[in-house]
Amino acid sequence: MMDVLKPRDAQDVAAAVQWALGQSKTLDVVGAGSKRDLGRPTQTDATLDLSGLIGVTLYEAEELVLSARAGTPLAEIEALLASRNQELAFEPMDYGSLLGAPPGRGTIGGALATNLAGPRRFKAGAARDHFLGVTATSGRGEEFKSGGRVVKNVTGYDLCKLLAGSWGTLAVMTGVTVKTLPRAETEATLLVAGLDDARALEAMATALQSSCDLSGAAHLSRPVAARLPGELGLGQPMTAMRLEGVERSVTHRMTALQTLMRSWGPLLVLDPQQSRSLWTAIRDGIGFAESGPAGGRIVWRISTAPAQGARLGQLLAAKADVELAYDWGGGLVWAALAPAEDAGEAIVRAAVSVCGGHAMLVRAPAALRARVPVFEPQAGPLAALTARVKESFDPNRVLNPGRMWAGV
Amino acid sequence: MQMPELDAGILARRDEVVAALRAIVPGEGVIASERAMKPYESDGLTAYRQLPMVVVLPDSTEQVARVLRYCHQQGIKVVPRGAGTSLSGGALPLGDGVLLGMAKFNRIREIDFNNRVAVVEPGVTNLAVSQAVEHAGFYYAPDPSSQIACTIGGNIAENSGGVHCLKYGMTTNNVLGCEMVLMTGEIVRLGGKHLDASGYDLMGIVTGSEGLLGVVTEITVRILKKPETARAVLIGFASSEDAGTCVGHIIGAGIIPGGMEMMDRLAIDAAEQFVHAGYPLEVEALLIVELDGPQAEVDDLIGRVEAIARQCRAVTVKASGSEQERLLFWAGRKAAFPAVGRISADYYCMDGTIPRAQLPRVLARMRELSASYGLRVANVFHAGDGNLHPLILYDANQPGELERAEAFGAEILKLCVEVGGVLTGEHGVGVEKRDLMETMFTQTDLDQQQRLKCAFDDKGLLNPGKVFPTLHRCAELGRVHVHGGHARFNDLPRF
Ligand SMILES: Cc1cc2nc3c(=O)[nH]c(=O)nc-3n(C[C@H](O)[C@H](O)[C@H](O)COP(=O)(O)OP(=O)(O)OC[C@H]3O[C@@H](n4cnc5c(N)ncnc54)[C@H](O)[C@@H]3O)c2cc1C
Repeated sequence: MMDVLKPRDAQDVAAAVQWALGQSKTLDVVGAGSKRDLGRPTQTDATLDLSGLIGVTLYEAEELVLSARAGTPLAEIEALLASRNQELAFEPMDYGSLLGAPPGRGTIGGALATNLAGPRRFKAGAARDHFLGVTATSGRGEEFKSGGRVVKNVTGYDLCKLLAGSWGTLAVMTGVTVKTLPRAETEATLLVAGLDDARALEAMATALQSSCDLSGAAHLSRPVAARLPGELGLGQPMTAMRLEGVERSVTHRMTALQTLMRSWGPLLVLDPQQSRSLWTAIRDGIGFAESGPAGGRIVWRISTAPAQGARLGQLLAAKADVELAYDWGGGLVWAALAPAEDAGEAIVRAAVSVCGGHAMLVRAPAALRARVPVFEPQAGPLAALTARVKESFDPNRVLNPGRMWAGV
Repeated sequence: MQMPELDAGILARRDEVVAALRAIVPGEGVIASERAMKPYESDGLTAYRQLPMVVVLPDSTEQVARVLRYCHQQGIKVVPRGAGTSLSGGALPLGDGVLLGMAKFNRIREIDFNNRVAVVEPGVTNLAVSQAVEHAGFYYAPDPSSQIACTIGGNIAENSGGVHCLKYGMTTNNVLGCEMVLMTGEIVRLGGKHLDASGYDLMGIVTGSEGLLGVVTEITVRILKKPETARAVLIGFASSEDAGTCVGHIIGAGIIPGGMEMMDRLAIDAAEQFVHAGYPLEVEALLIVELDGPQAEVDDLIGRVEAIARQCRAVTVKASGSEQERLLFWAGRKAAFPAVGRISADYYCMDGTIPRAQLPRVLARMRELSASYGLRVANVFHAGDGNLHPLILYDANQPGELERAEAFGAEILKLCVEVGGVLTGEHGVGVEKRDLMETMFTQTDLDQQQRLKCAFDDKGLLNPGKVFPTLHRCAELGRVHVHGGHARFNDLPRF
């Protein structure tokens, strides 16, 4: 039977990693396990279950800072912040519906380790941009810290950035400090109906270059838009633009945005409540929910230059049966492909090599994720550098070996 | 300040090295005469001076790669340099090293409004980026006070900030990608015009790495649409405690101003005498709070900030009525360093960050230190994010005063760490705070950082002597120590 080790504190974590080093064992580093089906499936000797490292240890709203043990449920932190009218501005997405798991299960450590971000990414940043300080145990079994609890800090290398998005392959985070921000007083969303992908991305670029100060810009193709819950679903493609801020400002900017968009297509304004549900749905990829009509499809998440989004979509559509949704003004492309032998990898990577950016295979059967590179493959000096970075934290490859790339 | 030991073997071969470098970078790109190298002997931290062995000014990535490959093969140290405005000695040359000046990398390669990015060479000045996109109503958000002179390459290396970084972030939040040459001469590309890295966020590590990981040869920065309008409020307080409380209340009310700066009495007086900005003189602390965005939003928030200020016992409150007046409010703050320079022969600029609530304690302790060192201190403060710039006034011509100022400065930084803050908010560690790193980090913390350095620069040739108080060989650092004593492990809950 595979061992599950459940540390009670940071010292337990260090003891577990030291044991693994001494016994030449490997560890699967897990928070609540909500993202276990993401990345390459790994075969490890034991699971390091961090769900016992819980609790907010510091929250000072006026200083815009919160510290918590890494296994603290994200939902608990978001509720606490909401009680002071604050939030994690990077709008961490919830992979639950995409992966066919219950929603709201993630931990703060997991959110940071996978560098989550939501629709506000282009304005407010990703998890990496809000990650101020960390204590962690490296794959060498050594406890170290980086950063601090203040928002402005350049003392030493910014290891938080490196740990954000490292998928637990470098170090086990035990305590984290993040920046918190005030929630917008209100929000509203303008919908433009019926645009094809290329026109929609042009419309978003136009709005993003205006002074309207968007905090969301997404386009859902027809089948995806049709799956939105309740009254949100339009029978046609939908381009959504969100404004947030103080009431007077949102009103003022909405007027300007409507004027700007009038000639593009029929417009519809969503009230704050509808707007919130829409953006949660977009954030969590509801249109591609495992339990929905696209449940059998393979899902790729592609980051590209926003102005290349439509072209990327066209390249995919020319070669495959694909459903598309665009976020970040076109810079984030969600592509749901009909099942294929290689998960559509060849087509996706070819399109990305033309348009720039990188693609991650988000949803596919485990056997496929074991066979097909899940993360963008690296080559040459960059691949060698990545391997040396791994080596500098985890020379014996104890932590999540192979989760990102074979050998790392 | 102890710098790495000079390599006599390299110095003995100086002529040969210079000739080899000339073969890579022709003409005036290699400077070897003492007189011509003089301008490079220090950066903005002028207390430290050192002539390099030779200055090289490459103008292509290819040349940078060849220079680095050659130096790697020969074991020659290299110090990259932008405009030399670092306030921590990051660009201080080494006597047996090559100073690699990036000034010729001064082209803006591409402006791409559709993707809202600009692709620039590292020697382009910070301000030049904003100027290049101004015609379309765009700008580059990080705005260090040195922006006329400092380069984007230097900004990346130091992760520079500015008065607007509370709302718009530091350099690291505003860059998307770069081309970088490793010490081996290998060229890597990180990021691009898209958001977030695939794989490890190496761009995030390179930003703020103080020129120790690689030489950056191209950068993709984000450009933002300029806010429709901006207005500032000038608020005077009878005590810095009241000013600190006011800052907390503004943020507590959910307002993130575009800029929020504080000055103490000595700084206010010096600035007012210098630029006549209309600052109140009878106050102990002055806040400048700037709101930006659409007119309707700005007017609304200005009203709210004024009300909060009055609740916090402000003695004067004045909102700018025109763009001219807003600029005047800022003129005093922006000239604060030179203004202090007029009332003292020399000044030494510090850069710690503290949790904002600790401000009264830190200021009180600073007053005690000021008395015991017999040196005045003026405070300029990025109030929103707790970044303090105490300016210690001294006279370098008085024997012992520089040393006293440095000792005073070190005490202030230790105090910042003691109250939960950090040694440097935006100026970097460099040589200046190198030996204080142990007040913030354990040896294990520092060893892990140095291992990362080894992943980029296995021989430790790129900008050595900066950031880390002690240098270890990479081979030594790489050893894994398996600790005995599994008592705790045996006790670990398992399933
Ligand atoms: C009056 C004054 C005001 C200032 N105000 C601010 C402020 O408001 N905010 C702030 O953050 N800083 C401020 N600074 C500090 C300084 O301007 C910044 O740190 C700036 O980013 C340094 O840029 P530079 O081009 O002068 O770099 P340099 O001083 O030449 O070098 C700084 C570091 O960058 C490295 N480097 C330079 N170019 C490259 C490259 N291409 N690749 C790799 N490494 C490189 C060098 O090795 C060195 O370690 C101020 C300085 C002065 C003198």
